[in-house]
Amino acid sequence: MSDVILSIRGLAKNYELSGALARRKEVVHAVENVNLEIREGETLGIVGESGCGKSTLGRMIVRLEQPTAGEILFEGHDLAKEPKKKLRALRKRFQMIFQDPYAALNPRRQIGQIVEEPLRVHGVGKEERRAIAKDLLKRVGLDEGAYEKYPHEFSGGQRQRVVIARALALNPRLVVADEPVSALDVSIQAQVLNLFKDLQKELNLTYVFIAHDLGVVRHVSDRIAVMYLGKVVELAEADVLYESPAHPYSQALLSANPRMGADDKRERIILKGDIPNPINRPSGCAFNPRCPKAADICRTESPELMTIGTRQVACHFPTL
Amino acid sequence: MSLKENSEAIFSESPGKIALRTLRKDKRSVISLSILGFIIAISLLAPVYAHFIAHTNPFNSSLDATTHVGGKVVPVLEASTTGLGLGVTPIGPTWNPTGYFLGADGQGRDVMARLLYGGRNTLLIGASAGIICIVLALLIGVIAGYRKGWIDSILSRLLDVIWAFPVYLLAISLSVVLLTSGLKLGFIHVGPGSFALPILIIGIVYIPYVARPIRAQVLSLREREFVRAAVGIGAKDSTIIFREILPNIIPSVLVFVPIIIALCMLTESALSFLSIGVQPPQASWGTIINDGLALLYTRPWVGIAPGLFIVLTAASLNLYGDAVRDALDPKTRSRGDA
Ligand SMILES: Nc1ncnc2c1ncn2[C@@H]1O[C@H](COP(=O)(O)OP(=O)(O)OP(=O)(O)O)[C@@H](O)[C@H]1O
Ligand code: SF4
Ligand SMILES: [Mg+2]
Repeated sequence: MSDVILSIRGLAKNYELSGALARRKEVVHAVENVNLEIREGETLGIVGESGCGKSTLGRMIVRLEQPTAGEILFEGHDLAKEPKKKLRALRKRFQMIFQDPYAALNPRRQIGQIVEEPLRVHGVGKEERRAIAKDLLKRVGLDEGAYEKYPHEFSGGQRQRVVIARALALNPRLVVADEPVSALDVSIQAQVLNLFKDLQKELNLTYVFIAHDLGVVRHVSDRIAVMYLGKVVELAEADVLYESPAHPYSQALLSANPRMGADDKRERIILKGDIPNPINRPSGCAFNPRCPKAADICRTESPELMTIGTRQVACHFPTL
Repeated sequence: MSLKENSEAIFSESPGKIALRTLRKDKRSVISLSILGFIIAISLLAPVYAHFIAHTNPFNSSLDATTHVGGKVVPVLEASTTGLGLGVTPIGPTWNPTGYFLGADGQGRDVMARLLYGGRNTLLIGASAGIICIVLALLIGVIAGYRKGWIDSILSRLLDVIWAFPVYLLAISLSVVLLTSGLKLGFIHVGPGSFALPILIIGIVYIPYVARPIRAQVLSLREREFVRAAVGIGAKDSTIIFREILPNIIPSVLVFVPIIIALCMLTESALSFLSIGVQPPQASWGTIINDGLALLYTRPWVGIAPGLFIVLTAASLNLYGDAVRDALDPKTRSRGDA
């Protein structure tokens, strides 16, 4: 088994809503007690419905968000407690790729400047910067001329390639990609996903890959974590999860996904009701109001994430 | 359509260059800049006009001066023939640039020469106050929006306080207090007659009108993903402000410049009209209107001429502001191009 490069212990993020809209001080439990280990060279997929805390978790891993509690252990540092200045120096080891390539590039700067910026920030000289940036642009499949152009001259797919080039400029070990293809045309998505895979092989990168399209995640992931209302409810090898999901929520997600193809003979399970509000989590298992297997114990006792064989599941009645 | 082809055929242009090109082609900017250029040029040439053309000193009252009209020598001030026969009536416009083109004021001074000198002062104070206003507003807006938290709270309350007073009421109260005594702040000592006082007062009064929209824009920019990306690569706050935030704020600041200068100029004129701006013997368009008030029925040009200059300057600045705004806004740009 490969080495663990980043491990998360008891990670949580609460947002306090105050001000005119919230009557009392309300707390959003965006992420609760997440424990994960990310292994060298793998792609860990994170899936779940909108609002389950995927982005919040991703942003905490690269410390664009300060966790409320927990540890993020990376190369001997706890990123959650690292002071601002030291953190800035560490940032070249882990990078984030954003969902919206239109918002992720400063419209007033040239592509070359954008890709060189991380190098400039970390003190790389002018000539070297330029050479690295040009090489990176070539690697992500853009031509020479891109260097002097502005973001408004590019399509979404090309912009996402620029975002990827910028993230790789500092030669990071870990890249967190938050729905990197969901804003792109379906015809472009496959190209960009293949770019991710090629770069991973060439540069020995480790990915945390967030998505809510299960087809996309399966295509790239080695292991997949399923999140529900801020918690990881199942974590398994990609193939294992897709062949035999153990958690009722994973089963529902997979059966609801029309892109899984004709070989999928499982009965479709329709998720009843809306995603409950992360402000008022249901007691016991958070999934119980929508779960077809819910029993009395599910309404009172919250299931812990338990290791069963090669996978981890948080359910009182997992399918095995 | 044609714009896209151009930019691909030649070379790629920054958003700023595209805006500049649009602005150059805009008729409104050509017209307004010509008018402004003319007014600024003649105002700057005020001493030349006074010394070499009109041969007059517009700051001294010259009650017994004379001038030539139609070959005859006439006194500039004549005893009043109307009413009780008290006081004097100054000479009206001679329409002759070599002397008393627009007539004289109540002290026998050449109105045209004073108008040009007054233009220098009004434009100088308006432009300096406008620039001070925008620089301070930019500083306050960016710091408040970027730092958030308690710094933002303090700065925002400060803006609220300035905002809460009607502009003219605030300007008038500040002027009345400061103009009589001057300003003493530690090492800084500004005398009562100095232009620094009206410039500061007028500049400060308009800060909230610029600082608030800038703060709001910074607040939204700092949540944009390219700013998060800059944090993510390990950039310092100062780097993020100068390289990511400011380039995106500058366009809206540029739109403010002509409009705020126009407002400052109007405020200067109003304060000077009320005798709490530019102090005699210095002139400004506002003080000349005040001089003209007493002569409104007999010599209306004394009041009308500076009024016309004020209107023309303010209107040109606003027109230019509109052109700048449209050139920087990509949504209206295509319309202007067609
Ligand atoms: N800055 C914030 N302030 C308050 N609440 C927030 C904030 N950011 C996220 N949340 C809340 O936290 C929860 C998780 O949000 P998050 O963006 O992590 O979800 P997500 O899984 O990424 O969803 P999506 O698929 O829509 O991107 C949501 O309920 C969201 O409303
Ligand atoms: S614990 Fe109960 S409610 Fe929760 S997923 Fe399992 S069976 Fe369903
Ligand atoms: Mg998200």
